Amino acid sequence: MTVIFKNGQFVEDTWKTVADGEDLPPSGHVIVPLDWWQAQRGAFEGSNVPIGVRIEPGTKIEDYAADISRFALIALAFPKFQDGRHFSTAQLLRERYGFKGELRAVGEILLDQVQLMSRCGFDTLQITDGPTLAALREGRATVLSRFYQPSPAAEAPVGTRPWLRKPA
Amino acid sequence: MYRYDEFDAAFVKDRVSQFRDQVQRRLAGELTEDQFRIHRLMNGLYLQLHAYMLRIAVPYGTLSARQLRKLADIARRYDKGYGHFTTRQNLQLNWPSLKDTPDILDELASVEMHAIQTSGNCIRNVTADHFAGAAADEIDDPRPYAEILRQWSSIHPEFSFLPRKFKIAVTGAARDRAAIQVHDIGYQLVRNSAGEVGFAVWIGGGQGRTPMVAKKIRDFLPAADLLAYSEAIVRVYNLEGRRDNKYKARIKILVHEKGAEPMRLAVEEEFAARNDGRLRLPQSEIDRIHAYFAPPALAARGARSNAFESRKASDAKFRAFVETNVAQHKIDGFGIVTISLKPIGGIPGDATSDQMDVVADLAERLGHDEIRVSHEQNLVLPHVAVDDIPAIYDVLAKHELATANVGQISDIIACPGLDYCSLATARSIPVAQRISDRFGDGERAHDIGDLKIKISGCINACGHHHVGHIGILGLERKGVETYQITLGGSADENCTLGDITGPGFSYEAVVDAVETVVDTYLGLRSDKTEDFLTAYRRVGMAPFKAALYEKNPGADI
Repeated sequence: MTVIFKNGQFVEDTWKTVADGEDLPPSGHVIVPLDWWQAQRGAFEGSNVPIGVRIEPGTKIEDYAADISRFALIALAFPKFQDGRHFSTAQLLRERYGFKGELRAVGEILLDQVQLMSRCGFDTLQITDGPTLAALREGRATVLSRFYQPSPAAEAPVGTRPWLRKPA
Repeated sequence: MYRYDEFDAAFVKDRVSQFRDQVQRRLAGELTEDQFRIHRLMNGLYLQLHAYMLRIAVPYGTLSARQLRKLADIARRYDKGYGHFTTRQNLQLNWPSLKDTPDILDELASVEMHAIQTSGNCIRNVTADHFAGAAADEIDDPRPYAEILRQWSSIHPEFSFLPRKFKIAVTGAARDRAAIQVHDIGYQLVRNSAGEVGFAVWIGGGQGRTPMVAKKIRDFLPAADLLAYSEAIVRVYNLEGRRDNKYKARIKILVHEKGAEPMRLAVEEEFAARNDGRLRLPQSEIDRIHAYFAPPALAARGARSNAFESRKASDAKFRAFVETNVAQHKIDGFGIVTISLKPIGGIPGDATSDQMDVVADLAERLGHDEIRVSHEQNLVLPHVAVDDIPAIYDVLAKHELATANVGQISDIIACPGLDYCSLATARSIPVAQRISDRFGDGERAHDIGDLKIKISGCINACGHHHVGHIGILGLERKGVETYQITLGGSADENCTLGDITGPGFSYEAVVDAVETVVDTYLGLRSDKTEDFLTAYRRVGMAPFKAALYEKNPGADI
């Protein structure tokens, strides 16, 4: 059973990740590679089975704009922690494409990135890095409480720094 | 100057306590050096050849006397009593111990300073013209915009893991003193035909192993769109910049490989797509930040100062100092004094704690409490009455700070090189010292005139050798240091990259080679007013090449 980090704690993952070539369980709640979805999408015409898709870094999200609302979950892969492309993908999904489903980061995620990811719109993290997992289990997240970019907790004096506020 | 409000102060304090926790975990052995690396890099701490190095941000190179005194105090108590001012207008401490770094950051926070984002693949300290707010040719002060960029880019959630580091420079005048065309983004303040203030935008400049001059992608960006446009540029870079090879990961390579016009279109498209106005800067906010940088109230002075003129007439050394180190202020009766950190034979950019205190005192007493750090590794007193310059000069002279060589052959930019840096392939500081000793600051140096020598100890080009009028690059060939020379580079508004003369020179021979270049220039200049760069642009490489390689057969290795 996979464990994911959500809202500050570890919970069991209710989604199953399906590899290429595997059969799809009829109940859905599976995360499939983007290629797989592209090849099989015809089979889902008229179905509302919850589907998740896994997207590798370097994928141009605008090429899939029409499909985004169909997904209940989008898992953005972080094969290496240094590869920050999907921080931008996450922002685009939330801001530009209005994605409302679960946004998940999967891969090598370091402690300092956990809060950055939630600030970019990620809901859940599937973390492979041992020290990060250990630190989070011990409740040692590295958390800042003030930000110079939009966040739910804007504490700067009202009327200053429009760059840290979402428009009302 | 910008002053932190409670929000800014609490932000920095948060960050320091977070770092303190990380250092404690490292010291307790809970974090390996590898795991700690990412935390320390985000806080400006590098592991160098001999020790940790802490790089302290001096946003857009502006300091108050209180801040400079604090830097002096930190260098005295936690280091060896000196610091090194860098080409990014920052201060580096070469010998702090790891356990002290959280305390140092606390000390910095007490004077509204930090070391955030002076390292790592993120948006680095934003630099600006060191004459900002004082220069006679300025359209607008670049520092308010640099401050807005500083805040917006601090711990940016989307842009903390870029393909590579990202450097932004802002200049307020057509005369570029901030080297914007060798930056990832260069913003040049301009006025449009309606008289509104905005920016010309340059992207994709940089040095390193693949130097590029930036491409202009906008003639006029309204000031209100500064952040939205910056976000568009950095987002395109974050998504499309190369990550397969760190030497090809800077935005300059993306601009080069994608092409300037497709890159411009991608940025414009991304910029146009943000229709929520989220990052649009209201004029009221620009004005609010601007107010912090309001020029000091300079009491009217006569355009002519008797004390100044009579000293000039009677003291040749003072006259030489005024000629090289004093620039025109926008207000009559005032001047901009550059304090050279390039004493003859000294280490470029180094200042002792005592010297920092002296400069802080002068700034407080006679300089309206302002000091600047220039990217050419000097300090600047931007607002001094011409009447006070003799007194300032006397104090500086007493503390080996009055070298009259700004812009001249011994005003050398040099990276730390093999004496400190773990990336270096050759020494650069001793080469700078030997050149400085060879030419001095006497009559000969004054006769040579404006000549910028820049020295890097490896291909990463931290010493800006590509844009030196004479550039020197230290390499290592079969275990031996060898120095490649370039000619004709320039980082100003007519930015060019230098041309390589040919085979390199040994550590022993490189100073002679520089002298050969200089003598060749002196022999061919049309008259004394034709400076080195102008002469080189007129005659090209051939005479220099001939002098270097025919005069010294076998000098090449």
